[in-house]
Amino acid sequence: MRRVAIIGVGQSHFGELWDLSFRDIFLSAGVEALEDSGLEGKEIEAMFVGNMSSGRYLAQEHIAALIADYAGLAELNVPATRVEGADASGGLALRQAFMAVASGMHDIVIAAGVEKVTDVGSDAAMDILSSSADREWEWFVGANLPSLYAMMARMHMEKFGTGSEDLAGISIKNHRNATLNPKAQFRREISMDVALNSPFVAEPLRLFDCSPISDGAAAVILADETTAKEYTDKLVYLAACSQASDYLSLQNRTDPITMSAVVQASKIAYRQANVSPDEIDIAEIHDSFTIAELIAYEDLGFVEKGKGKEMVREGRTEISGELPVNTSGGLKACGHAIGATGIRQAVEIALQLRGDAGKRQVEAEKGLALNIGGTGATAVVSIFEVA
Amino acid sequence: MTLNAGIVSYGTHIPKYRISSDEIARIWGENAEIIKNGLGVYQKAVPDVDEDTATIAVEAAREAINRGNIHPQDIGAVYVGSESHPYVVKPTSTIVGEAISAGNDFYSADLEFACKAGTAGLQICLSMILSGMIDYGLAIGADTSQGAPGDALEYSASAGGAAYILGKRDLIAEIEDTYSFATDTPDFWRREGQPYPKHGGRFTGLPAYFRHVISAAKGLMDKSGLNPSDFDYAVFHQPNGKFPVRAAKTLGFNMERIKHGLVVPHIGNTYSGSSLIGLAAILDIAKPSERILMVSFGSGAGSDAFSITVEDGIESFRRNPSVWDKIRKGVSIDYGIYVKMRKKIRVK
Amino acid sequence: MLPRFWRKIKYRYDLVGSYCENCGRSFYPPRNVCPNCRRKSNIREIRFGDCGKVISYSVVHDSENTRMRKPYIVAMIKLDDGPVITSQLVCSPDEVQTGMRVRKVFRKYGEEGESGIIYYGTKFVPADSE
Repeated sequence: MRRVAIIGVGQSHFGELWDLSFRDIFLSAGVEALEDSGLEGKEIEAMFVGNMSSGRYLAQEHIAALIADYAGLAELNVPATRVEGADASGGLALRQAFMAVASGMHDIVIAAGVEKVTDVGSDAAMDILSSSADREWEWFVGANLPSLYAMMARMHMEKFGTGSEDLAGISIKNHRNATLNPKAQFRREISMDVALNSPFVAEPLRLFDCSPISDGAAAVILADETTAKEYTDKLVYLAACSQASDYLSLQNRTDPITMSAVVQASKIAYRQANVSPDEIDIAEIHDSFTIAELIAYEDLGFVEKGKGKEMVREGRTEISGELPVNTSGGLKACGHAIGATGIRQAVEIALQLRGDAGKRQVEAEKGLALNIGGTGATAVVSIFEVA
Repeated sequence: MTLNAGIVSYGTHIPKYRISSDEIARIWGENAEIIKNGLGVYQKAVPDVDEDTATIAVEAAREAINRGNIHPQDIGAVYVGSESHPYVVKPTSTIVGEAISAGNDFYSADLEFACKAGTAGLQICLSMILSGMIDYGLAIGADTSQGAPGDALEYSASAGGAAYILGKRDLIAEIEDTYSFATDTPDFWRREGQPYPKHGGRFTGLPAYFRHVISAAKGLMDKSGLNPSDFDYAVFHQPNGKFPVRAAKTLGFNMERIKHGLVVPHIGNTYSGSSLIGLAAILDIAKPSERILMVSFGSGAGSDAFSITVEDGIESFRRNPSVWDKIRKGVSIDYGIYVKMRKKIRVK
Repeated sequence: MLPRFWRKIKYRYDLVGSYCENCGRSFYPPRNVCPNCRRKSNIREIRFGDCGKVISYSVVHDSENTRMRKPYIVAMIKLDDGPVITSQLVCSPDEVQTGMRVRKVFRKYGEEGESGIIYYGTKFVPADSE
């Protein structure tokens, strides 16, 4: 396998982008990534796009070709492929691009993610996102995505003594980080009081435990090590990008508060990158709900099972802590543009490792990103390093 | 004479919500005391938003199956009588058959004869058993009846149902005989496509309810050579608290013999479920060899009368929770919640 | 949705799932392949008992799913003789707690507007009610 490096990153604003269409959004991310890399465009050999549900959000399928077309690559006949794994679609696109370059099939590949959600109403948007759970046996009985994560949260609270304040702490941290990210959706701090008094969405989860559903796009350009060195001297390597699956519905899992897919994907990634969890300096973790970030602390091996709350209480994942998590603001505050999120996480880690993260810059040499689909039936773990 | 067939098991379902006559009278500016005295109805059962005639029928049927320890696939016929079938076209009986895991080989149809469609189902099942077509038959009377807001019916039109499994073996009560009386009498009706029924006011009394109930009761007794004194209990269709009491008096039954089956003051008129729930309340306390008279009434109009004798099997039959336990378990709601639950307002 | 709902009506209306004769595990919803035995699966249909206990639940206040019953309660229920099922609880939010015993009931889940089909299915109530 060849070493794979990131030579360019780009990201649109995340949020309610009323004046931007699907095409406008992905172009803003793609153009930024091209400019960042110094490529002209024609060097791109293949494109992988993560997108969950353009069919239901926009009634538009065949979007990989559409994107290649509007990115100006139609006459170059660049192969473009859409991949889907609910809100892990971006992670899957990154992994496809990673494999294409690592295998020697292609030298320069773009991995992108995009979702345009605000062309439908918010009820419809949540309905579509909830189709990442089992439509026939979960959603049908009223178990939408927030309620499934809520049931995980209750189990975690009752078994391990995790408190609402611990979950709120994650939300507060991510909001605070987002104030430092000019592309984040919610750039304002929230207090514990505000978080704990926000209305219940699905008990015990409140409004501030839930990420928004956002418009947005992100793109990264990958190249093999030799090619990469022609374009940049600030190389960020993608040392591992692994993926695992689990039972689609929560009810079938032996332990609903351990995401086996996360455990498995991270084990493979650590082995592939030859690092251990305690060597990770920074992480972007899929906090579609606060409880997801807390469970991920455990399942990624940062802390033992049941002790995720201690990471919060001790401030270890604060931007000033030993393992800053979601310096971007995370899904909660940077925004959750479903299919774009996995790529957006890669953009953040790359910026941080390059030293280009502006006001939210931390000291880091090894970074990790965890992208989750639905309630954990798909997980992608990526490990990034500078040397 | 005796038919050698009868009741193997029974079950009931009464939705848990109640609205009082006081509350309804408060909304419409009427005198609650006059209503309660005049109708003899103090509160009525209200179905939850996720209940309808099919769900009520299934719950009653499941209770009957569990108590009788009947294998659902042994049930050869499913008849559901109601005037509030969830679909005008598409049967309730197949929903019940599927929900009780009855398999696919059973005779079935939905019946409608105002409030006597449930007892018509009993007669159909009975005759199929006697003819040897089936071993067990499931007859259900269930309704979520409609009363237009502001109409007198609103005080009584309620929801509930009862299911009876009939057969020839292991009887808890034998159906000795049955008799029906019918005429074309438009005392109460609902036209196709109309949400609420209309009625002839006081016309529903003498020429309708009383004529049919009394004729059917007398016809049964004449046919079988029985007198009112031969019956330990009597239960009549209960559109309100007054009619069945007056019918009983006319026929020569005192309050003692009807009071245990008189459920309407506390749950309202459950229409197709009415006389069948009353019968279930009596079976809950009946002893072997006691005899029960049941007379239903369906507007339009007709009455089915049954002479039922309790068998020894009743003593080992599980009868808890009783109908009266369920009646007492009600939870009161106000008119606003009632209007929402009964979908009397348009929602976005 | 019509054929899709109809196709699995048996498993929605009653607690019918799958059982693997080879390893003895049971499943809800039904599945054709046992994740324990895979090619050696020997799946047959099984009807589970009526009762179980709540292992987790959520009182749902804000949902795209239903308007008429708000809040409603979603729960994961471990059936006494079977697997875990996700369903709704019909009771007051004050009554629910983890470990509570529940019993199946037949209820409506929704309908396709005023003229479309009605979706029925299994919900649960506290076991001591009725």
